[in-house]
Amino acid sequence: MTPFQYARANDVADAIKQIATDPSAKFIAGGTNLIDLIKYDVEGPSRLIDISHLPLRSIEPTSAGGVLIGAMVPNTDLAYHPLIEGRYPLLSRAILSGASQQLRNMASTGGNLLQRTRCFYYYDTATPCNKREPGSGCSAIDGVNRINAILGTSEACIATHPSDMCVALAALEATVHVTGPAGARTIAFADFHRLPGNTPQRDTNLEPDEIITAIELPPKGFSANYSYLKIRDRLSYAFALVSVAAALELDGDTIKEARLALGGVAHKPWRSSAAEAALLGQRADATAFAKAADWLLHGAKGYGHNNFKIGLARRAIIRTLDQAARGTPQSNSDKKIR
Amino acid sequence: MARSGTAKRVTRTATVPEKIPIRLTVNGNHMELTVAPWTTLLDALRDHLDLTGTKKGCDHGQCGACTVLVDGRRINSCLTLAVMKQGAEIVTIEGLAQDGELHPLQQAFIDHDAFQCGYCTSGQICSAAGLIAEGKAKTADEIRELMSGNICRCGAYPNIVAAIQQAMERS
Amino acid sequence: MASHIGSATSRVDGRAKVTGEAKYAGEFNVPGLVHGYVVESTIPKGRIVRIDTSGALEVDGVIDVLTHRNRPQMADKDDAYKDEVATEKGSPYRPLYDDIVLFSGQPLALVLAEDWETARVAASLVKVEYEKAPHITDLHAERANAYAIDKPEKPRGDAERAFASAALRHEAEYFIPTEHHNPMELFASTAIWDNGQLTVYDKTQGVQNVQQYLCSVFKMKPDAVRVMSPYMGGGFGSGLRPQYQVVLAVLAARALNRPVRVMLSRAQMYALGHRPATIERLALGANSDGTLDAMTHEAIAVTSQFEEFARNDTGWGNLLYKSPNAKFEHKLVKLDVPTSCDMRAPGAATGVYALECAMDELAVALKMDPVQLRLQCYSDRDQGADIPYTSKQLRECYRQGAAAFGWDKRTAEPRSMREGSDLVGWGMASGVWEALQMPATVRIVLTANGHAEVATAASDIGTGTYTIMAQVAADMLGLPIDSINVKLGDSTLPQCPLEGGSWIASSVCNAIANTARAVRGDLLKLAIGMKDSPLAGAGVDDVALIDGKIVSKRDATRAVSIASAMQSGNADRITREEANKVAEDKSHARNVHSAIFAEVKVDEQLGVIRVTRVVNAVAAGRILNPKTAHSQVMGGVVWGIGMALHEETLFDHRFGRVMNANIAEYHVPVHADVHDIKVIFVDEPDEIVNPLGIKGLGEIGIVGVAAAIANAVYHATGKRVRDLPITLDKVVQFN
Repeated sequence: MTPFQYARANDVADAIKQIATDPSAKFIAGGTNLIDLIKYDVEGPSRLIDISHLPLRSIEPTSAGGVLIGAMVPNTDLAYHPLIEGRYPLLSRAILSGASQQLRNMASTGGNLLQRTRCFYYYDTATPCNKREPGSGCSAIDGVNRINAILGTSEACIATHPSDMCVALAALEATVHVTGPAGARTIAFADFHRLPGNTPQRDTNLEPDEIITAIELPPKGFSANYSYLKIRDRLSYAFALVSVAAALELDGDTIKEARLALGGVAHKPWRSSAAEAALLGQRADATAFAKAADWLLHGAKGYGHNNFKIGLARRAIIRTLDQAARGTPQSNSDKKIR
Repeated sequence: MARSGTAKRVTRTATVPEKIPIRLTVNGNHMELTVAPWTTLLDALRDHLDLTGTKKGCDHGQCGACTVLVDGRRINSCLTLAVMKQGAEIVTIEGLAQDGELHPLQQAFIDHDAFQCGYCTSGQICSAAGLIAEGKAKTADEIRELMSGNICRCGAYPNIVAAIQQAMERS
Repeated sequence: MASHIGSATSRVDGRAKVTGEAKYAGEFNVPGLVHGYVVESTIPKGRIVRIDTSGALEVDGVIDVLTHRNRPQMADKDDAYKDEVATEKGSPYRPLYDDIVLFSGQPLALVLAEDWETARVAASLVKVEYEKAPHITDLHAERANAYAIDKPEKPRGDAERAFASAALRHEAEYFIPTEHHNPMELFASTAIWDNGQLTVYDKTQGVQNVQQYLCSVFKMKPDAVRVMSPYMGGGFGSGLRPQYQVVLAVLAARALNRPVRVMLSRAQMYALGHRPATIERLALGANSDGTLDAMTHEAIAVTSQFEEFARNDTGWGNLLYKSPNAKFEHKLVKLDVPTSCDMRAPGAATGVYALECAMDELAVALKMDPVQLRLQCYSDRDQGADIPYTSKQLRECYRQGAAAFGWDKRTAEPRSMREGSDLVGWGMASGVWEALQMPATVRIVLTANGHAEVATAASDIGTGTYTIMAQVAADMLGLPIDSINVKLGDSTLPQCPLEGGSWIASSVCNAIANTARAVRGDLLKLAIGMKDSPLAGAGVDDVALIDGKIVSKRDATRAVSIASAMQSGNADRITREEANKVAEDKSHARNVHSAIFAEVKVDEQLGVIRVTRVVNAVAAGRILNPKTAHSQVMGGVVWGIGMALHEETLFDHRFGRVMNANIAEYHVPVHADVHDIKVIFVDEPDEIVNPLGIKGLGEIGIVGVAAAIANAVYHATGKRVRDLPITLDKVVQFN
């Protein structure tokens, strides 16, 4: 473990100023992933700038009809907030299917977006990993890759993004509010996370000197027809092999709007406009869902141990869309998949 | 951790950063201590304050044995830096019994034989105290799901759920 | 008369555990404590060319860094490192001994600092250069080089010929991957060195084993070394042998002349030993009525390059089923990994899994109910030794287990039971383990105030030893249970075997009975010495100790209070130390048995498996405490769920490293995975196995559970998965 200095940021401007003066510093909020990685010697910041006390803890309706979520809101507070439970239950369910209640109590909304991959090789400093050490090679491609990606991979990296919350945020088309030395800007959720390409060390398009201040949800929450289904190797407290966020707007049994995102399969929550377009105007039935699944999984490729994820994802997509269409979202506590 | 030639080498600084004085309220007692920036709340409790009731089972937020209540919420103390909890109110397993009388959860755990080796027990009980305060779990399924962050390798799970149900009924 | 034995007494150490007062090996914060942090090898095989500790030594607060180059002296002969559980063949691993790397995760250096945080920081500044050697960690790749070891099970008849001509045959291979114990407590030792006297708080299942080991490794006199383990946060076999951190802690304490604690990380514990990956081949030949004619069981298991570890994987069929022709073979493959070690029901958890899956497959082939098949093959004698059992209520386990489960409502056809989108499967299996006694000595100190201290060097690893000892002593001494103080986990206490093999309850409780009888004799002498003693003429077995009195068994009105007997004899205490009598008698087989019934629900499309119900009916002689006994077996069932569905240590054979050396990706069951578990104890009086009729429960709970679940998954889905764990991708063909 590398020793680090500790400093507290008083406000957002102070945080930005502090990080600008020390490029090897990192922000810390909940710490659930960063402390873990520091202990494993995967991360070694020279300084941690504590942003957990910044006044970014509110959940407020916006004038546009959406909701603005402060970056420091703990995951549980977000999941159980009446506005979220009532209007964006997909987000609530996705959050509550990740990690444990203790970790959700600690983890911040902004930090959830910045989780690093759980790829075994990223965590094991005795093995090559392009994400940890660019240019050293990807051990997962020919290695133990059951948990790795099937979509959007590159020769440099087949890591997945581990968040559940982000899968729902992707489906809901949230916006990320960030602030940096040049001022504030917003990033569409789809543009926030990156594919690995030749730079797998960069997970997101957030600049190192920028800070996430808020997540904005658009007005549409799909509270009637949604489901979040997470498939994993035990029934709780495990990362997704495949997860699906599905949200539909129905007119009778005709699909007026569809949102579909996959977790556990790519370097970012995986969406496809073609898949969603394929559902528009269709009857909400197995045929339409299967077509959407095929579009969403177009180009999927296995690496050995994870070949099964393609077929699993296809069936999980169909099932989740069915749950959404029926208005019977997957329960977090009752593990039967109805 | 040793590394092979292929591993990333994190840049090292020869000088170790200075320790930082902090104040915590632990089980109602005002505590002052000086810790390294990277000292976790768990290590502060166990090594610096000799409150070894809080257990270290993985040190990575994977087992729940280190669960304590910070400002009324259950968290993993192994992933919490002590310096970040300046002024916080912390309750550990040692703070649950009042005047020698066991907390209803402690008694329920004994009644239902909800442990064997006892090493996950502090975390299970503190987690259950947090769970009851949250008020989100009503059914056995909900208790199981919301207690899944606490691993019991002895496999006392059904008895733990029964103990929590007993304590919920009586609180 | 017996009021405590057999009662559902709450754990006497319960309060200490629910309040956090119970102290474990890494929790003795003695003044001046030095903290050690281990630097481990990242390669599985080779030689250390250079260890650069200069960076670590520069860190403020670092006291020293020990390596093989500068460590204090330790023994140089293999024998010195052979603990009680060491394998017969081979050279035990010696920590920090030389520059040879035998496995990934091997300790190479110990950083010693004033606090743990500093030791950890400095540890990452230690630089190691290696000369790598080619390694192999893959059992399947090395299978051709497997070699046979001597086995106690002799062949009977001609299994191959009988199999070839059998009416129905089933032959298949089953696979169990490497598994790790993952007790919740991290391995730790605190060594306190004080003027040539060494006290060690160690995470161990055998304080005297560690004590003797340390004496021989460090050439110390027995009375100079004391090993303590008052509580242990789970062992499951991982703490049977002395683990390397205890050597490192003692080395450092001696080097620095200060108390030292070494606590391992969870990742480092993946180099301590494991349940070996094992390939099991079963060939069963049956007559059309379901009786067996041929049984062949072969196992190929993993051991290290430097020690030969093997457990009985293949002999269990002899204890369960009649077969005139039988053959057993056990082979080993040497890999560049730490030596395998005992893990809950070693040999049986794996061997019986394969056997009981094979029996299920045979039942399918015979179109016979799986319970009926077991009854058809039922053996009232140990087939290998051709001797009867001291007791065997396995038929009753099948009957009561099936009734509690509702087995008669099962439809035989796979995929025939459904519940919405779920396929429902019911499977069953048998379990068997040994009912052993080992030599143990118990000391009782009865004081005139009516309190008794009952002591032996056992460890209570969560099994409930403190509690059952207090119960037995309370009954035998006629005292309230609150007046009994049980002392364990201290090598200076009377001799006791390792806490393992399910033998502690029988060994220790029979020793208590003998010691209590000696105490009773002393009391009786005092009582008879009283003027006009009502017990005049009575012998030690004519009286009992009841409610604080020495009472004639023939006439309860003839009694003397313990207090007055001791007072009249001016005895302020009676101290006695006696051992149990371990029978050499080979005329009977001594075993515990079980029948397990499991229900799974499997999502037909997605393959997600939930174990919704398990009934485990156990015949294990006398149950001392139904409450803690229930927990023991229930815990075994949870282990069986993990073994069936979750547990697998994943190696990357290119690096020879474990890739999921943590408890997030090495999956064990969590709360959400565990539902309804019913434990039944079948009445099984046994006057032969030992005087108290105790058989032990530590292992039997897991045996057969994974098979019952695997069989249920087959029944649900029609898909036979023979390699564990049964993950969803093995159940459903997705692509």
